[in-house]
Amino acid sequence: MAQIRIESLRKEFGAFTAVQSSSFTIEDGEFFMLLGPSGCGKTTTLRMMAGLELPTAGEVFIDGDAVGQKPASQRDIAFVFQMFALYPHMNVRRNISYPLLSQGMARPQVRAKVGEVAEILGITDILDRPVGGLSGGDRQRVALGRAIVREPRAFFMDEPLGALDAEFREHMAEELRALHDRMGATTVYVTHDQLEAMQMGDKIVVMNHGVVEQFGVPQDIYDWPATMFVASFIGSPPMNFLRFDGMVGAGTDQVSLGEATIPVPTQRDGAHGKLALGVRPEHIRLLDDAPYRGEVVAAEYLGTTQIITLNTPHGEVKARIPSDRKVQIGARTGLDFDARTLTLFECDKGRALLSDANAKVLSNG
Amino acid sequence: MSSYSVTEPSLRQKWMAGILVILYAVITILPLLWIIATGFKSPADAIAYPPKVVFEPTLEGYVNLFTTRTRVTEETLAELGPPTTWYDRIVRQYDMIIAGPSRYGERFLNSIIIGFGSTFLCIILGTAAAYAFSRFRVPLKDDLLFFILSTRMMPPIAVAIPIFLMFRTLGLNDTHAGMILLYTAVNLSLSVWLLKGFIDEIPVEYEEAALIDGYTRFQAFYKVVLPQAATGIASTAIFCLIFAWNEYAFAVLLTSGTAQTAPPFIPTIIGVGGQDWPAVAAGATLFLVPVMVFTILLRKHLLRGITFGAVRK
Repeated sequence: MAQIRIESLRKEFGAFTAVQSSSFTIEDGEFFMLLGPSGCGKTTTLRMMAGLELPTAGEVFIDGDAVGQKPASQRDIAFVFQMFALYPHMNVRRNISYPLLSQGMARPQVRAKVGEVAEILGITDILDRPVGGLSGGDRQRVALGRAIVREPRAFFMDEPLGALDAEFREHMAEELRALHDRMGATTVYVTHDQLEAMQMGDKIVVMNHGVVEQFGVPQDIYDWPATMFVASFIGSPPMNFLRFDGMVGAGTDQVSLGEATIPVPTQRDGAHGKLALGVRPEHIRLLDDAPYRGEVVAAEYLGTTQIITLNTPHGEVKARIPSDRKVQIGARTGLDFDARTLTLFECDKGRALLSDANAKVLSNG
Repeated sequence: MSSYSVTEPSLRQKWMAGILVILYAVITILPLLWIIATGFKSPADAIAYPPKVVFEPTLEGYVNLFTTRTRVTEETLAELGPPTTWYDRIVRQYDMIIAGPSRYGERFLNSIIIGFGSTFLCIILGTAAAYAFSRFRVPLKDDLLFFILSTRMMPPIAVAIPIFLMFRTLGLNDTHAGMILLYTAVNLSLSVWLLKGFIDEIPVEYEEAALIDGYTRFQAFYKVVLPQAATGIASTAIFCLIFAWNEYAFAVLLTSGTAQTAPPFIPTIIGVGGQDWPAVAAGATLFLVPVMVFTILLRKHLLRGITFGAVRK
């Protein structure tokens, strides 16, 4: 239905800058996640796209139309609020019809359309109920019904599952994704839950302090984080950082950590000073004869895997290993890193150094 | 025993509570009952000592309230023939005839025009101002709100003399418009503050949803915010009306011939035909009716309005 392009979008509230010059593009039909901790500017960005806030600078394009300064009512988009915001003085049917009534659609048509939407969402039996007594899930469905009934150019959702209990979230997340696949409409979804973002999104933008840290498909963001913030925000437990002072030259394919030499993807950038070697917990194997050593301090059993916490000369490291391997607390063991998956970071700038492995991801993000 | 016990109160506590409530009710209702009863007494019964609890009801007070009467000679009475209506009959007992209507009806109508007029204005202006204060970034918002509140920090009558002079200069003395404006000005601070509280409680998402759904800001206000604020508007309207309806001091000072309201008129009845307490009581009784009706009509909203914050949170 629509491609959405954000160009140098900026929002200031008095002296506070909520969003700093963000730019990214959401392709037609994508399920797009705006991910970040609370206060990172993701909701403000979404509200600017929807027209609920006007940007201080920059522009929003929906299908090529510059809409940045237009009111929400002229953007032909739908918004699902975290608290659902169903009109409390109307019943379910009227809530869903409300956007159609504003367009002056004839009553019989409205009725047919609402019936159709209720069918899709499975809420035909509650159409004449007041919204006050509905369960969280039904409210959510009514809110979705109100959004899809008008067939808008895009859907914007602000943590729509945030108000549901954990058990039900999973179910609604699947329903939402299925609905999106069926309608094929561009959807922008704000969440602070990285699992939700990875599970549902075609693409993810990670924001922090009003800045876009990285954007791309979930796998790229997980495997090749552009910044230390992304690396530590995504993944549970997050990426480990082995911090060291040293230098890396362009073209090297190994770094020295203490006594041990660790192979890394061939570097394209050189750097020196405070560096960090980033490694995901699942890319660590515990090998008795590996040269890099650490001491086991804790083990958490998670069913199929276990998380082992180790003390190393370069900080605490968590490794995810199969749960059938017996690990003795207090034992010293060797750590073997999967060389193809490692990323080096410059600590001062917080940015990843370009290597042969992540160049493809980082050059377009 | 803690004052905040969650256990069932004992029988003694229930009795105590019941007695207190009844005592309070008697204290508040007794004067009201006295006024209503006096309205139906004859002048002699009204001043009887000890006061008569059982008496023969008469509409004399009401007739006297609505009419002016003159004493005539027996010859004139004889010429007129026997009284034709029930109220003629009442008046003739005292060798009097009805000379014409009194001004009570007029004054009552003035009260209605001025009371409801100022309430209406207060609600319109108050809702608009409260909405703006609640939803928009208004420069110096807190200072403006404090200023609005500060207009009520002294009794309004303290500025009676400047207002009197101002009204005289502007030609607002003794006009309906003048009194409506005055009561609106006095009540507006109450109405803005009360309504702002009610509108603050309405989540802004409702309006945003309406904006997204293709409605303009005004439509969103009108179709989504107003129905939500109905309870608040109703209770604010009652407060405004009660103030404007009962106001006495400004009405005495600023009105006389055309725009006089009922409160300053009722005491003047005493001077006309001796101390006619039944007529005064009848005037006061009728004066209670509109506010009572208005309050009863809106009572559902009023109750919900008062508990609004407590129930929602």
